[in-house]
Amino acid sequence: MQVPATFAYERAGSVPHALELLDRYGPDARVVAGGHSLIPMMKLRLAQPEALIDINGLSELAQLSVEDGELVIGSMVRHAELLAGAVATGPYPIFEDAERVIADPIVRNRGTVGGSLCQGDPSEDLAAVFAALRATAVIQGPAGVRKVPVREFHEGPYETAVGDGELLLALRVPILDGAGSAYEKVERRVGDWPVAAAGAVLQLDGGVIARAGIGLTAVGAEHFCAPEAEAHLIGKPPGAEVFAEAGRIAAEHCEPHSDQRGPADYKRHLAAELTRRALARAVERI
Amino acid sequence: MSFGRMHRKEDARFIRGRGTYVDDVKLPGMLHGAILRSPYAHARIVSIDTSAAEAHPKVKAVVTGATLAGLNLAWMPTLSNDVQAVLATDKVRFQGQEVAFVVAEDRYAARDALELIEVEYEPLDAVIDARTALDAGAPVIRDDLEGKADNHIFDWQAGDRARTDELFERAEVTVAQDMLYPRVHPAPLETCGALADFDKVTGKLTVWCPTQAPHAHRTLYAMVAGLPEHKIRVISPDIGGGFGNKVGIYPGYVCAIVGSIVTGRPVKWMEDRSENLMSTSFARDYHMHGEIAADRDGRIKAIRVKVLADHGAFNGTAQPTKFPAGFFHVFTGSYDLEAAHCEVTGVYTNKAPGGVAYACSFRITEAVYLVERLMDVLAAELGVDPAELRMRNLLKPDQFPYTSPTGWEYDSGDYPKTLRLALDMAGYDELRAEQAAKRARGELMGIGISFFTEAVGAGPRKHMDILGLGMADGAELRVHPTGKAVLRVSCQSQGQGHETTFAQIVGNELGIPADDVEVVHGDTDQTPFGLGTYGSRSTPVSGAATAVVARKVRDRAKLVAAAMLEASPDDLEWQDGKWSVVGDPSTAKSLAEIALAAHSNLELPEGVEGHLDAVTVYNPPNLTYPFGAYICVVDVDPGTGQVKVRRFVAVDDCGVRINPMIVEGQVHGGLADGVGMALMQVMAFDEDGNHLGASFMDYLLPTSMECPSWELGETVSPSPFHPIGAKGVGESATVGSPAAVVNAVVDALAPYGIRHADMPLTPANVWRTIDGRPFRTDLAIS
Ligand SMILES: Cc1cc2nc3c(=O)[nH]c(=O)nc-3n(C[C@H](O)[C@H](O)[C@H](O)COP(=O)(O)OP(=O)(O)OC[C@H]3O[C@@H](n4cnc5c(N)ncnc54)[C@H](O)[C@@H]3O)c2cc1C
Repeated sequence: MQVPATFAYERAGSVPHALELLDRYGPDARVVAGGHSLIPMMKLRLAQPEALIDINGLSELAQLSVEDGELVIGSMVRHAELLAGAVATGPYPIFEDAERVIADPIVRNRGTVGGSLCQGDPSEDLAAVFAALRATAVIQGPAGVRKVPVREFHEGPYETAVGDGELLLALRVPILDGAGSAYEKVERRVGDWPVAAAGAVLQLDGGVIARAGIGLTAVGAEHFCAPEAEAHLIGKPPGAEVFAEAGRIAAEHCEPHSDQRGPADYKRHLAAELTRRALARAVERI
Repeated sequence: MSFGRMHRKEDARFIRGRGTYVDDVKLPGMLHGAILRSPYAHARIVSIDTSAAEAHPKVKAVVTGATLAGLNLAWMPTLSNDVQAVLATDKVRFQGQEVAFVVAEDRYAARDALELIEVEYEPLDAVIDARTALDAGAPVIRDDLEGKADNHIFDWQAGDRARTDELFERAEVTVAQDMLYPRVHPAPLETCGALADFDKVTGKLTVWCPTQAPHAHRTLYAMVAGLPEHKIRVISPDIGGGFGNKVGIYPGYVCAIVGSIVTGRPVKWMEDRSENLMSTSFARDYHMHGEIAADRDGRIKAIRVKVLADHGAFNGTAQPTKFPAGFFHVFTGSYDLEAAHCEVTGVYTNKAPGGVAYACSFRITEAVYLVERLMDVLAAELGVDPAELRMRNLLKPDQFPYTSPTGWEYDSGDYPKTLRLALDMAGYDELRAEQAAKRARGELMGIGISFFTEAVGAGPRKHMDILGLGMADGAELRVHPTGKAVLRVSCQSQGQGHETTFAQIVGNELGIPADDVEVVHGDTDQTPFGLGTYGSRSTPVSGAATAVVARKVRDRAKLVAAAMLEASPDDLEWQDGKWSVVGDPSTAKSLAEIALAAHSNLELPEGVEGHLDAVTVYNPPNLTYPFGAYICVVDVDPGTGQVKVRRFVAVDDCGVRINPMIVEGQVHGGLADGVGMALMQVMAFDEDGNHLGASFMDYLLPTSMECPSWELGETVSPSPFHPIGAKGVGESATVGSPAAVVNAVVDALAPYGIRHADMPLTPANVWRTIDGRPFRTDLAIS
């Protein structure tokens, strides 16, 4: 059995209380949400926080609703909740596509949206989904609440805009009328992290593509998105060739690394192939 | 009352969470151990400083190789007559090797203290790729062995080389294929561990350990550590899966024992998942070159094989002494051919020792994979359907018992019938038609066949021993006065359902319900000596011992019944589970009646003891040879390389089925194993010897999502070498299924001219294979 090193444990009663605890314990404290990334790292002693601030009791972070034409997903919303209700998957089936293949039901029952993003894993699925959707992260720290576009949220592997002493409160996603969305992932086995995955969001106007969002994960796409490929799509009618070209462009701008999930050239190929497939499926759903 | 479907007796406790595994056992005053492991694959140990760890307030002892050297325990014998470091003294030879052992008041403190031990290493070049292990100038791993100047372990061969070569020279067609059966791990859900309790007053050592071979462990402890054997008790409680991983003795077990002797308190050591994957018995790692010679119409003449076997840093494979490559030389499979020859070379590498574990029947998995892949390569070369090619070459029913070109005596079977049944169940012709239509549309569908012959149930003991202990098993059967029975056996269940199956065997022999038979196993103080459970040997050996001992009881019961009926024993017959006077069923006496009489005031004839109990040791006259025909159907996505196993038909012949439900369960598990090995499982290493599969995030086990709904069929060819005609089935599906899956995927890729791809067939591997650029699956992907 793997056992973590000694740590202090505090249960936060409110957001201000959590912030106060983070301040009190300083940079060696960590927030624990679902714990499905953090606890395994502690057991492997890759992480040895001195204190855990448990935010599982903060119901204000667990909301999943629509506000002012935006989907609001609290950071403590569990993968399973996102998948189960129609609030998010209704307007954006991309959530259903992605959540169905994130981890397994046990992890999804506890793992949270906020934890996924704050972990900042370069293979994280929801990072690509939110990048495709151009979501905004709402962060609170001692200095108050600030908003960060999700395409600026990830600052590098395992590094995010959430600083020491800050909490991610929610993700806000603009709801686009009549948009189609989809997510395509290749995994070695169900529950495995992606070898590569791509998400797409499309909105048409007058038969041509008016808005396009492409999210990519595990392939070294900067900020999990593919702006050059998106630009290629704008103003063109949707179709197999345009999508294939967008995929090709997206792949060109990736910098995948070889690992036991696959060699870099394969991942680059998948970036193209899965982008193409996600776009094709997204447009079918409009 | 006898054979047939019956719920497993052990399930009542398992499904209620009431099983008792080693980690559930807690003793008063118990301490906890943890092992410091090497971060390097190959390094010289310059110094070890344990002073800070010893100063930890909760630490009770720190044991190093130097401590053990003082007790003459720094090295221990392996199951293959090599030695293995218990705790490293001179060098570390694989990443994850045991370096020091800490005993502390709790698990957390033990783990914390590991970080306080300072080890200075001088890193050395590592030998990772077995194919370079024998290169001139390769680092010598085993410089502890006197005079050892290379990494060579053994050369071994079987068959008739001259005759084989001659057939190859004359052959109309020959094909050759290199193939790798990569290093995989049994990965039982319960990891390994031990709880050792040495009682200084009585001198008795009790070791709780999830071992598949409790008696062999006890005897080896006695022989190695010099402890008197009657003062050693090994208790193997419920085991959460073994698959061969729990056959050998691991350094951690020895450390727990030493820890208990040193501290005078019980010491528990349970490894974690990464430790299990990194340091305990792996399986396979066979680099094979196979060739097959045939004539134009597809009659096979001969097979020739060269194998490079990667045994890791210490030769610790668990297999009969005479056979360093296990039963690999059964590689002629299920086919009628004239001659065969194999050469196997074993080498040391800087990887964990072990080598035979994982449901493989002593390397028959590798053998079956080899011949079944070769058959498909030959089929492709000849343009013959793989089912047809197999039909033309399968052994015929009238050839049994059949002596194979490499010396095995197959017991029984009607192979063509079994293959035909599988083809019918699969709807083979329709599948081929569907495949043709799909190919025309550019879709990739594959159909793979594997026909395997297993050889299980080792001994006989004159041919098969492990470290001199003959491969036989004992059974004791005691019948209480009310006719309830207790059976004690030397094998040890890890989920095979022995408590049910063996009770059914007794019930069948004695005419009593299986529920009236308690099966005791896994405690050396409670059970007779025997070699234990691996290689699918429980039913062939212990199951046979059970039938034999029950028959002895029945014979004793006959004498008592005769006294009850005031008849001569010669006038009695066994009918419907009772003894009665020939032709007079009204006189029938049940076992319960007889047992009570045996212990009553009934006057017994001279020389008849007043009980029915009996003891036996069963030395199998031959192995049993289960076999089967498997057909797998896959769809492959050419754009991503993803493989979907759509259907799997498995027709198994394991002789008489005692409890068909348990047989099917064994087959289901083995098939899932096969899908896992074929598609996702591998322990690869980078060039520095870092283990790239040391957690379940990196070492993938299949789930229900990767498995189709298995379609099972059966034929029954009783074994003439077994008292009830049963053959082992525990490993059949693991042995037979990987080839079926790989054959299916390769078949799907046939439009690209592909004839082979190495396991595991991950999406990346399949895509690169399609692209004509396959990579080595056992090394780091670059
Ligand atoms: C077996 C397994 C398989 C998985 N497979 C996948 C997969 O296929 N795809 C995928 O994308 N993910 C996968 N995951 C990751 C899983 O989705 C994440 O573990 C999980 O969602 C992270 O959320 P959590 O709530 O568990 O985070 P935690 O482990 O609690 O926290 C993760 C990090 O985020 C920080 N944090 C959490 N919440 C906040 C907050 N509100 N504000 C500031 N910081 C915060 C924590 O301090 C910590 O550093 C897998 C995980 C496991 C265990």
